[in-house]
Amino acid sequence: MTWFAIGALAVGTYAMRLAGPLLRSRITLSETVKRYLSLSAVALLAALIATAALVEHGGFAGVARASGVGVGAILAWRRLPFVVVVVAAAATAALIRLLL
Amino acid sequence: MRSILRTSDPIVRSVAALCAAGFVIGLSFGAIAAAAHIPLVKIVAMSVFIYAGGAQFLAVGIVSAGGGALAIILAGLLLNARHLPFGLAIGDVIGDRTATRAVGSHVLTDESVAFALAQSEPAARRRAYWITGLGLFCTWNVACVIGALAGSAIGDPATFGVDAAFPAGLLALVLPSLREKPALRVAVAAAVVALVATPFLPAGLPVLVALVGLVFALPLPMRERVTS
Repeated sequence: MTWFAIGALAVGTYAMRLAGPLLRSRITLSETVKRYLSLSAVALLAALIATAALVEHGGFAGVARASGVGVGAILAWRRLPFVVVVVAAAATAALIRLLL
Repeated sequence: MRSILRTSDPIVRSVAALCAAGFVIGLSFGAIAAAAHIPLVKIVAMSVFIYAGGAQFLAVGIVSAGGGALAIILAGLLLNARHLPFGLAIGDVIGDRTATRAVGSHVLTDESVAFALAQSEPAARRRAYWITGLGLFCTWNVACVIGALAGSAIGDPATFGVDAAFPAGLLALVLPSLREKPALRVAVAAAVVALVATPFLPAGLPVLVALVGLVFALPLPMRERVTS
C-alpha cells in the first residue's frame, strides 16, 4: 500500500463527497429536480441493500446473510424499532452460521 | 454503550446500534490490513482520510493479490462514485457554512444519507445526518486502530452476523420512503438492475447503473388515460 495510492484515493473520494453539497449551495433547483435527486438516493440505497444482502465476491453471499436480512426486512416492515431490526438480522445470520 | 441504548432519543439509540456493528467491521478491517503487512500509520491514514469501508477492504484485497497503486485508486474511486449523487440529494442537509460543509462532506456515508432521508423535517434531517456521520466516523477509526493492534486475535466479523446488520439497517431506514408508489417502483427496479449487473461489472458500477430505475418514477400516461 503506497502513500500515493492512499493519498489519491482519499483526495478523489473527498472530491466526490464534496461535489454534491458544493453544487447544491451554488444552484437553485426546481422541486421536480429535488424530487428526482431524493429518488436517486432511494435507488442507490435499494441497489446497495440488494447487493450487500445477496452478493459476496461476485457470487451468492450465502443463506445465513440472506436470511438475516430477510428477518430484518420483515421486522422493519412490521415497524419494529430500528435497534430490534439490526440486532435480529445479525443474530439470525450468526445463529444460522453456528448451526450449519 | 448500555446507557446509550437506553436513551429516550430514538435516533441516538438507532445510530448506537449501527455503530456497534460498524465497530466490529472496523476491528476486522484493522486486523486484515495488519495481516497484509500494512503499517499502523497507513492503516490509520486509510480509515481517517479515505473513510469508506468498502474501498478500504477492496484496497487491502488488491494489495494482498499483488495489485498496484493504479488498480487500488481506480477500483476505490469507482466504488465511491455513488457519493456524488448522494451528496447532490442531501447536500442541503449538511449546512451552508464553508467549515460545516468541509467536515460534513467527509462524513457522508450510505448510513448518514439513509438516516437523514428517513426524517421528514429539515431540522431532524440535519440532526440525524450529523449524529450518524460523527458517530460512525469516531467508532470506525477507533475500531480500526484496535483491530490493527489486536491483529489475529480478532475473529471473523461474520461470526457475529454484522454483515447482515448493515443491509437490514439501511432497509429499515429506506422503507418509510417506499410507501410512495413511484419510490417503490424505482427501488425495486434499482435493486433488480444492480443484482443482474453484478456478475458482469466491477464493484461499484452495478449500483450506479441501477440509477436507470429512476425511469419508473416518470408519470404513466397510459394508466392515467384509462383511469380518467
